[in-house]
Formats: sequence, C-alpha cells, structure tokens
Amino acid sequence: MSNYRTVFGSLESYQKGGVEIIDDDPKNYAFSNCFEVASKSKPYEKVAVGKNLKYVIEAVRAEGDSPWFAAAHDEAALIMDGEVEIHFVKPDAPVVPDGKEGTVKLAGQPAGRDMGWVKAGRGHMALLPKGAAYQFRNPGKPGVLLVQTILGENTIERWADICQTKA
Amino acid sequence: MSTAQTAAVANALGYKDHSIGGFTFKRDEYFAHIFYPGGRHIMQIDAFLRALMRDVAWGFFYGTVNFDTVFGTVNHYGTVEMFIGLFNEAYRANNRHHVETFESKDLKKVFEEVLADWTNEGFDPFAAPDETGTVYGAKKGNNIKAITRQRLVADRMVGLPGDLGYRTDQDGFTVNRQFQDVPQDKPEIHAAQGFENEVHAFNFFEYVSRSDVTWNPSVVSCVKDSQFCATTEEHVLPITHGNDRVEWFIQATDEIIWDIDDRATGRPRAKVTMRAGDVAAMPANIRHRGYSPKRSILIVWENNDGGLPQRYASGELAPNPVDF
Ligand SMILES: [Fe+2]
Repeated sequence: MSNYRTVFGSLESYQKGGVEIIDDDPKNYAFSNCFEVASKSKPYEKVAVGKNLKYVIEAVRAEGDSPWFAAAHDEAALIMDGEVEIHFVKPDAPVVPDGKEGTVKLAGQPAGRDMGWVKAGRGHMALLPKGAAYQFRNPGKPGVLLVQTILGENTIERWADICQTKA
Repeated sequence: MSTAQTAAVANALGYKDHSIGGFTFKRDEYFAHIFYPGGRHIMQIDAFLRALMRDVAWGFFYGTVNFDTVFGTVNHYGTVEMFIGLFNEAYRANNRHHVETFESKDLKKVFEEVLADWTNEGFDPFAAPDETGTVYGAKKGNNIKAITRQRLVADRMVGLPGDLGYRTDQDGFTVNRQFQDVPQDKPEIHAAQGFENEVHAFNFFEYVSRSDVTWNPSVVSCVKDSQFCATTEEHVLPITHGNDRVEWFIQATDEIIWDIDDRATGRPRAKVTMRAGDVAAMPANIRHRGYSPKRSILIVWENNDGGLPQRYASGELAPNPVDF
C-alpha cells in the first residue's frame, strides 16, 4: 500500500502558494489560483488566469447550464473540480466566421445536428472542437474548468483583482 | 563549425573522452570534466547526465538550458551555442566566458554519444533518484532503452484517432508509486455516429500519473501555437531553464518551489511556491529551477510561435506577460 497522498485542489479546499520577493516585482509573475478565481466568479465567466500574447487560459466556474459557445479553432477544457456534461451540436450554417479567434457566445442552441456529449470529472480533459457549438451543464455542486483558448470577446481580464500584487 | 571526435580508447574506468570544437568531455567515477580553451569545469556525474538527458530529449528546448551556473546551451533552432560562463556575472565581467556555435545535429550527436557511453546499466537519468540505481563507479553496461525515449507531442489532443496514444499497463506505463491514489476513471463519451473524431475526452491526470519520466514535458493539447505540456515532477529540475519567451505554469497537484534568478546574470530575484490550482508566469528575462518534494503534476504552458525569441530579444515585447 502506498503512503503517498496526492494533493488536489477544489473550490472548498485549496491552499494557495505565492511569490516571495528577493529583488523583483510580484506582478511579473501574475500569480493566481484558479479555485480562488472561480470562487469569486459568476457561473461561466471566462476569467483569464494565463495570457501568452494572444493565447489565454481561462478559469471558469461551472454551475448550472452555460450559454452555448463556439469557436473557429479547437479549444480544450480541463476539469479541475466537479463534474460537467458538455453537449455538442454541429450547426447547419457556420456560427463563427472563419479565422475569428476566441470563444463566441451564441444567442441560444443553434439549429444543427446533435454530435453527442461527454461527461467529465476532475482531471479529465475534453476537446471543444473547432466549428462545433457546445454547452456546459452542471446541475450539481459548482465545479472549475480551465479552458485553453485564444483571447476573445468573452475573455475577462481582471488581473489586479486576481493576482498577487504585494511582496 | 567544428567536428566531433570520440577517443578510440577508453580510460582505465572504461569511459571514452568526447570532443567537439574546443570542448572535451571526460568522466571518472564521480564527475564530468568539461575542458575548454583556457579552463576546466567540473560537475557531479549524476547532475551532468540528468541535465544532458533533458537537453538531448528536448532538442535543446526553448532558449537556455543551464546545467549549472556556468555550463549550458542556447538554442537558436538550427544552430546551438555551447557555453562556459555566458550567463554568469563574474565570468562575463572578467571575460572568462567561452562560447562556441555548432550545428544542432552535430552537437546532438556528441551529446547522445556521451549519454550512451557514460550511462551505466541500472541508471535512468529520466527517473527520480529514489526510483533508479547508481551512476557512480567504473563503466558497467549501458541503458540505451532509457536514454532513447522519444519526446511525446500530440498534434491536437492525446487520444484522438491518429494522434498520440494513451499510456497503458500493457505498454509498460503503470501508475507511478507516488500516484497510486490518482483516480483512473474514464470520462463518459457519447459520440453520435460520424462525430467519433470530434467528441473526445480523456483522463489527463491518469495519463500523467503513468508517466515514467520526470521533468520532461510532453505536449497533450494544442490550440494553434498554444501547447499544454504535461509533466510529472519529483526531486529537482536537473537544469535551470532560461526561456527565450514567456512560459506559464499551472500546478495541478501537490507542490513545487521555484528558485527564480535573473536570466542574464544568475542573481536571485524571487521564490515562487506553487500548490494545486496555482497559476504563474515565468517572465522572459528570468531562469527557473523547481523543487518537487513529492511527485506532482505540472502543466507547462508554452507558446510555440517561432518568431518570439527575436521579438523578446529585440525588446519589442516586454518580458512580463501582463501589465496591471
Ligand atoms: Fe521552463
């Protein structure tokens, strides 16, 4: 029997680390914690916790049904806490212009073919394939997703609120 | 450009000398000796081989791979600089540094020969110290299987048809001794007919819990040039990485403590402690070395855009990723 205990984080239980400064500014590290961010977010707000030029990682609080989203490129969702269903529809007509970057929020479920769905729990990663419309559904206790995507019109940047600013 | 040379005869311990340009590498029971015009640098053999393994496996990686505060390589993506003291304040101030440029394929060949010759049977430079045998002493066999592992790079996402496959017991990828409690459950996938290639999910934590290497990021998912690189970390990062662009860390489990030093001088700047759920940037003007007391899951998030090193080096891009 193994004596090792792997420490995961969750909305209820996380222990944030931090930056100890020797000769620097903590803002350079944009240090945050995705559980803390999601604990202060509204359901399905897409809050950037990482940004590398046009690319972002968004922390998302998964609670109830999300709007329908789509993107013209692949995206990926890593479930950090909780359980979520992701339902996919192939729209009859494109809902996002080719070449547009970032996640687009749709007015509702688009007309199209049912592609199926996945149910994913902590540690699972799901593809949000380009050209598909998708909706997150989580009727249970709130969860946390990390979404690998591109900066878009729905990305929220509130760095000063989420990051360590003082040594 | 310089030529490579391996000594025809091994030393009394059974190890050969390996040379390229003005550099010659010699090993004895405990140490690697790096001779260069005007001097000799010395490193503990286990630290040297672990660092060399990463440098080879990553194809010289992004930017600078510091084996220690003196010796290392800088990737120029086609050519590579091998240096003594290039990023060491005192060596630079006193003009004691030495740099030579090689074709990447030539230096890679020499490094591979050193690894093959100097890695003894039972020692795996990719493994954590507690998982592997000793590297010290006279030459004893080899461990070619361990040192020729291929870097794993998913095109779109691990597990998609035609993409990088899963790690399984059948293939020898058992759950690591320190990840026995990582759930091995599978997501439910209900793909409608015709959408099996698009409706996809997999257990990322399970995949990483079965990694048999430490400090060796493998690409699991891509959004254009945005790469999620998953890695299991235990003990200490065998190199100090000075990236030529911004990279980010997402700590998925457990804890890593990072020493952050100035990229050019090596002067200490900060310590960053990361626990499950923490996200932090590594600016483009630092070098970092991590310590992971227990095996942990880290996501190294890279931007693979080939134009970035020039844009950071020229000052067009600030070294920090966000202003607020
Ligand atoms: Fe790095």
